[in-house]
Amino acid sequence: MTNIIETKDLQFEYTSEEEGAQVVLNGVDLKIRKGEFVAVLGHNGSGKSTLAKHFNAMLLPSGGKCFVAGMDTADEEKRFDIRQTVGMVLQNPDNQLVATIVEEDVAFGPENMGVPPEEIRKRVDEALKAVGMYEYRRHAPHKLSGGQKQRIAIAGIIAMQPACIVLDEPTAMLDPRGREEVISTIHRLCSEMGITIVLITHYMDETVDADRVVVMDDGRILLSGTPREVFSQVDELKAVELDVPQATRLIYRLQKAGVKGLPAGVLTDDECIEVLSNLLEVNGCPSSKPRN
Amino acid sequence: MIRDITFGQFFPAKSPIHALDPRTKLVLVVAYIVMVFIGNNFFCLGLAAAFLILVTALSRVPVKMILRSIRPIWFVIAFTAILNIFYIQGEVLLFEWGFIHIYDRGVFTALFMAVRIILVVMGSSLLTYTTSPTDLTDGLERLLSPLKIFKLPVHEFALMMTIALRFIPTLIEETDKIMSAQKARGADLESGGLLRRVKALVPILIPLFVSSFRRAFDLATAMECRCYHGGEGRTRMKKLQMHAGDYWAFGVTILVFGGIIAASILLPKVY
Repeated sequence: MTNIIETKDLQFEYTSEEEGAQVVLNGVDLKIRKGEFVAVLGHNGSGKSTLAKHFNAMLLPSGGKCFVAGMDTADEEKRFDIRQTVGMVLQNPDNQLVATIVEEDVAFGPENMGVPPEEIRKRVDEALKAVGMYEYRRHAPHKLSGGQKQRIAIAGIIAMQPACIVLDEPTAMLDPRGREEVISTIHRLCSEMGITIVLITHYMDETVDADRVVVMDDGRILLSGTPREVFSQVDELKAVELDVPQATRLIYRLQKAGVKGLPAGVLTDDECIEVLSNLLEVNGCPSSKPRN
Repeated sequence: MIRDITFGQFFPAKSPIHALDPRTKLVLVVAYIVMVFIGNNFFCLGLAAAFLILVTALSRVPVKMILRSIRPIWFVIAFTAILNIFYIQGEVLLFEWGFIHIYDRGVFTALFMAVRIILVVMGSSLLTYTTSPTDLTDGLERLLSPLKIFKLPVHEFALMMTIALRFIPTLIEETDKIMSAQKARGADLESGGLLRRVKALVPILIPLFVSSFRRAFDLATAMECRCYHGGEGRTRMKKLQMHAGDYWAFGVTILVFGGIIAASILLPKVY
């Protein structure tokens, strides 16, 4: 059993008074392996947040199935086991902290699960160390920065020892520094603790280091593959009003303008510099290597 | 400016009183109030005051801060004192002018009641000065937990308190932001009469309410994600434990309590 999350022809629709029946998810087939870092990308209304809420039984499918570690999310008996397996971090860091002291907030999850006090203490300390917030354990949450609050929220989930963490646009309300803190934290959790990460986002830059990028559009999976595979398909992404990382776009435009000898699927700024300086060297411009 | 408001009046310090279990402090404050009201002569009050001074000295809370706690209720004290002076009759008439008669007993009772109220208020303010709101809620929850058998929602009440404490600073900050936003749109919050100013608050309160509801929905989702399902089967990380200091505190309080009961039986009453 290597799939932690598996959806089979997942459908979700709701009825609103003004607009009638709304189909949000329209047949999503997705398998997420244990230990994988998956980024789900899509613009507003693509159904990516709705999909995320199916992963821990906050929403139940109106058609198809969703399995978490082999458990059917529609099974009400298993609901708490599912939420223990798949933890979820939400967008607004202010609205998901419950207690007035950092360490008590981190303890909230394990306390609900009925973990013995000594064990909670241990888990809370470990979780706070894992997100680099141990020194702040006695602080009041409202005095911390957005990025720090979001890391506390992540610690609160880690303390429940889940196999997988789903983050629903965790950086949307943060400044660039806070975003960087959160993204590097979840990468570390994935590589060091082996926790499966599902990152829901609409920032391209955050997805380039993922193992796999899943692009959602109109309740369906449009593209799925490594970041390199996905971002080399610039035209498909443009068609659904999604952008590609700046470096990718620059190379793409150069290719379009007729520059030869450029590889497809350049992702990061460093790669871009490398590729461009190589190109200039080939064309006889040796002094163009960046000095730093 | 609005951000500087601190909630509660906790005075953090390292002292034997701060280190006491919040449950001990809660129980002892109730005991203190009871003993101050049992005492019916000045000797009892003197004993209670001495006890209060001892605890204050141990707590390292500045005396000025404790005296400040009387400020909001000085009017109540003055009012009861005046009523007592004019209404209570006794044997020795001290002063007479028209319909006003002041007797010795009136003056004693007025003084007595004033001292009583001051002691009770200072004693209970010492509780909030030496116990953080979190500890206080925690202590209350555990003290009242036997009431669960009468179906009283003790856990829910305590959680509500915690969440309120957690969100008060957040909401104050938000109010500040909304006020700035409305001022930037030309809202005038500072001038005009009372009615005008109250009216000017409406465009601040409405967005605040709307966003509070959104926060509540978000929080409920986050709590559900973290397996919250009420107080049943819940454990706590922090275990409250009674230490030697707590037993000492109980011992001393019982002694003082006994002294006051003895004195109020043996010595003549004031009223």
